[in-house]
Formats: sequence, structure tokens, C-alpha cells
Amino acid sequence: MKEETVIKVEGLTKVFGDFIAVNNINFHVRKGEIFGFLGANGAGKTTAMKMLIGISAPSSGSANVAGFDVYTQTESIKKSIGYMSQKFALYDDLTVKENIRFFGGIYGLSKNNISLKSNLLIEELGLEKVVHSLVGSLPLGWKQKIAFSVSLLHDPKIVFLDEPTGGVDPITRRQFWEMIYKAANNGTTIFVTTHYMDEAEYCDRVSIMVDGTIEALDTPKNLKAHFGSDSMNDVFLKLART
Amino acid sequence: MKRFVGFVQKEFYHIFRDRRSLFILFGMPVAQIMLFGFAITNEINNVDIAILDQSQDTSTKEIISKISASEYFSILQYIKEEAEIEEVFKKGKIKAVLYFEKEFSKKLVKEHSAKVQIVTDATDPNMANTISNYINSILSHYQEEQNRSIMLDYQIIPQSKMVFNMELKSVYMFVPGVMTVILMLVSAMMTSISITREKELGTMEILLVSPLNPFQVIIGKVFPYIFLSIINAAIIVLLSIFVFHVPVNGSLFLLGLESVLFIVTSLALGILISTISATQQTAMMISLMGLMLPVILLSGFIFPISSMPVPLQVISNIVPAKWFIIIVKGIMLKGVGISMVWKETLVLLGMTLLFIGLSVRKYKIRLE
Repeated sequence: MKEETVIKVEGLTKVFGDFIAVNNINFHVRKGEIFGFLGANGAGKTTAMKMLIGISAPSSGSANVAGFDVYTQTESIKKSIGYMSQKFALYDDLTVKENIRFFGGIYGLSKNNISLKSNLLIEELGLEKVVHSLVGSLPLGWKQKIAFSVSLLHDPKIVFLDEPTGGVDPITRRQFWEMIYKAANNGTTIFVTTHYMDEAEYCDRVSIMVDGTIEALDTPKNLKAHFGSDSMNDVFLKLART
Repeated sequence: MKRFVGFVQKEFYHIFRDRRSLFILFGMPVAQIMLFGFAITNEINNVDIAILDQSQDTSTKEIISKISASEYFSILQYIKEEAEIEEVFKKGKIKAVLYFEKEFSKKLVKEHSAKVQIVTDATDPNMANTISNYINSILSHYQEEQNRSIMLDYQIIPQSKMVFNMELKSVYMFVPGVMTVILMLVSAMMTSISITREKELGTMEILLVSPLNPFQVIIGKVFPYIFLSIINAAIIVLLSIFVFHVPVNGSLFLLGLESVLFIVTSLALGILISTISATQQTAMMISLMGLMLPVILLSGFIFPISSMPVPLQVISNIVPAKWFIIIVKGIMLKGVGISMVWKETLVLLGMTLLFIGLSVRKYKIRLE
């Protein structure tokens, strides 16, 4: 079985002054995989992610995202990835439809394509009644589901999700993960950071960052076996404490 | 290009859906120009004065009737004794007392000199000065009339002429100033706020991750404000022409071009402010303290630069508004062309390039 690698990271390092935020990390992510990127606050997750999505230049090491180099081809990377951040990704003072049109537009989608996709999206999420409401008036769970769909609008190869389910109730989180599975089944690679350890269980593979380095990387099942724990929460605590 | 249009459209949604900023954008120019045009004024109009006339003869009566006939003064009260002067001032309504000495006419004819004292309430020194000047000029006018029949050996008749603003209307002075303040405020403050808002909401990150390049983002954010500022400039010019009858003696086209230049200067400043501030509030404070105060105090808008202490005169040179006000006054009131304001234009242009250069540098550093 030959699997396509879409993210290739080798010796990636980021230094701010004399503080090493990301220290020589290595990993590969396969196409269609749900890759969990875990770590405590300040462990370097966000910095590492910023290098991969092309808005922060690495200090050393190499990384290749969707076939493009993070040093020289950031523009091409930006076209082939989707991104949704922990801070909210849509404009509150625009309607659902306007948001879709705007984000479709900045990713260079044609008008026809945008209206086609937005109709599909609206139908899938059952948003018919709120298409013309301002996003600010919708509940957080809805907003985040829409934001995720919007980040998939231009059919990216990889979607980066930075703590996408922060502050959302368990039912919505569940629905959100169903959407993630669906996208992954369609061949989209998902790169997700999270604080919720139960969500880590949903990932195909998980990496755990501690103080700028990756301390563990495997399937949740193998990690639990290796650390003799029955939950990812336990694995995480064991790693973060040492 | 299509991406850019979509982006600008989004900016307009932001602006038109935020009532507060819409109000600042269009309410303020109108409110300010009305305020400065009607309420805040250096002119005097129907100032209440009192008369203390100890002669009550033909001369004093003639002078008094001349004064009360003018639109500048209305005589509210006649008093009888010197001691009352302080009393009437304390009440506050009377701004000046005219005090004729005894036997005014007789002295005037016999001794060729008679005294009249002008006492003014100097709690407002500017006002007192103006009142005293106006009364003086009425008196000297009267004197001239009287002397016309008598031939003196020699006589100096001063004829002062106020060019470019013959009626000494203060609105002439305020229009260029208000225009400058408004353009500065709308362009610099509104853009810096709108850029920092994206930073604060986290949407700036989303935009930077998108295929839009950072400069497209900034230009897209700034573009609507160029458009709106031009509309504002037009509103101000139209109001001043049709409501206050301020003439535009020079070329309207040149005035337009210079305004666009100043708008770009202010936008560049706004971008610079947004690169150094993380929140909307910081951006607003910097814009208000760092831009508004110098614009109002050091630009020659209200206080003449030539009467400031030398260090402040030197500092005023770095205030872009100073140069723009010179240009606007030149074009609107004096009717000069580019040949007379090219130096100021070059200074503004230089400042603009400097601000743009600085913000590009800052912006790049921030992206790293």
C-alpha cells in the first residue's frame, strides 16, 4: 500500500531571540488522515502550525505542505490549504451568505461555483432560514460549523483547525467531528489542534508536544498501550508531567 | 482584481452596518462645519454695552447714535456714575462701558481734544480687544466726518483693507481647518481602527492565510476610506460655498487633487498607527492624542503659527496638517495656482512616502 504524504516536516525549528519555541520536530502526515496535534498551552503548537500555513518563516529545518516548500512557496501553500482558527473565523456583521461569498471570492472561486457551493453548504447544514441573518446573531456552535464548511469551500488538500471546538457544547462537538470525518473520507487531510482529550481519541494519529519537542507520536490505541493508560487524558498527563 | 472587488465590498458592509462609524463618518463633518461656522466665532455681533455720558451734548449724542446704529453693539443701559461701572461688569451681561467726560463738545471745539474712555471686560481678552478696536474705529470715523470741513495742515487718513476676506469672517479661517481635521480624522482614525479590528477579532490571521497577499489586504481595507473621504471633502466644500458663502477663488480641480494627496497622507498615517497598536482602543487613543491635538493646536487652524514660541514653530513643521491648511487657504481664499503651493505639496508628498515606507517596514516585521 503506497500512501501519499501531504505534510513532511524534518528538523523544523523556530527560535525567538534565545527562546526555542519549536525544537527540531519531525513528522509526516498522510493524505486523508486526521492528525491530532496536541500539547499544553505554550508548548509550541501554534508556532509550529503558523510555520506550516506559511505565515511565519522557520528558523531552520525543512517542511513541505501539499507538495510546496514553506520557505519559498508560501503563496502556493495558501491556495491549497484551508484554515480555521480558535478565534472565530467569520465576520459577525456579515450575513451567512455574504460570508460565504466573501471567502469564496478571496480564494478565487468563480461566481457560479460560489453560488453552487453555497447552496450545497446551506442545504447540508440546514441553514435555509438563516442565510440572510447576520452571523453575529447565530449560536456559537452553528458559527463554527459554518466556519468549517467555509474553510472547505475551495476544496483544499489539507485543512488546519486550530482548537476548532473551543467553548462548544458536547452535542455540537460531536456533530462537528462527524463533519470532520466526512471531509476526511472525501480525501481531505485534517490537521487539528485540541485541548479536549476525548477528541484526541477520534484522531487517526496523535502527536503530543511538550516544551517545543514532539514527545510522542502514534495512534491513540498504541499510545495508550505504550503508557499503560486507559485514556488519552492519562497519556497526556503522564507526558506533560515528566 | 475580482478578489479585490469582493474585499472592498466586504469593507463597505462593515462600514454601513456599523451605525456608530457611519455617524462619525458623515455626521461629524456636517456638525463640525456648522459649529465652527455659526457658533464659534471671533466676530462680534450685538455686544451689550453701557454708556456713562457726563456731557449729554450734541457730540456725545451723535457718537452714541452711531454706535447703537451699528450691528456690532446694542446699548443695554445708561449709567450715571463712575462707581457703577464695576457694578455692571459684575453682572456679566455688559462687555464694555463707554465713558464720556464732562463738557465733551465744548472741549472738542475749544481745546481740540476731548476724552472718552473705553472700559472693556477683559475676562475674555480676545473679545475685549476686538470690542475696543471696533469702538475705536467708529470714533475715528466720526472724527473724520467732523474734520472734513476744517482744513488741517496735514492729516493722516489710514485706509486699511483686508484682502482675501474683506468682511473678516471667521468662517473663512475655519473652513480649511475643519476640512483638515475631518479628513485627518476619517482617514487616519477610521482606517487604523478598522485594521486593528481585524487583528482583534482574529480575522486578520484568516486573511493572511488566504491567497490574498498582505498588501492587497491593506489596500483593500484603505480603499473605501479614500472614497468616503473624498465624499466628505466634497460635502465640506459644498457646505462652505452654499451655506457660508466662502468663495473658491482658485481651481476646484487643484483643490480636489491636493485633498486626495492629503487623504493619502492621513491613510498612510492610519496604517502606521495600526501596525503599532494591537487593539482598536489603542488605535483610537493614538489617533486622537497623536493626531487630533497637533492638528488643532499646531497646524495654524486656530492659533496662528507665527505668534507661537520658536520651538513650537519648529515642531509645527512636522505636522502634515499645517501644510495642507496653507494649501487650502491659498487655493480657496487667495486663488493661487500650483506655482504658489508646489513647495507645500512636495512636503506633503514627502511625508506620505515616508509614512508608507515606515508602515511597510513595520508590517513586514510583524509578519515574521
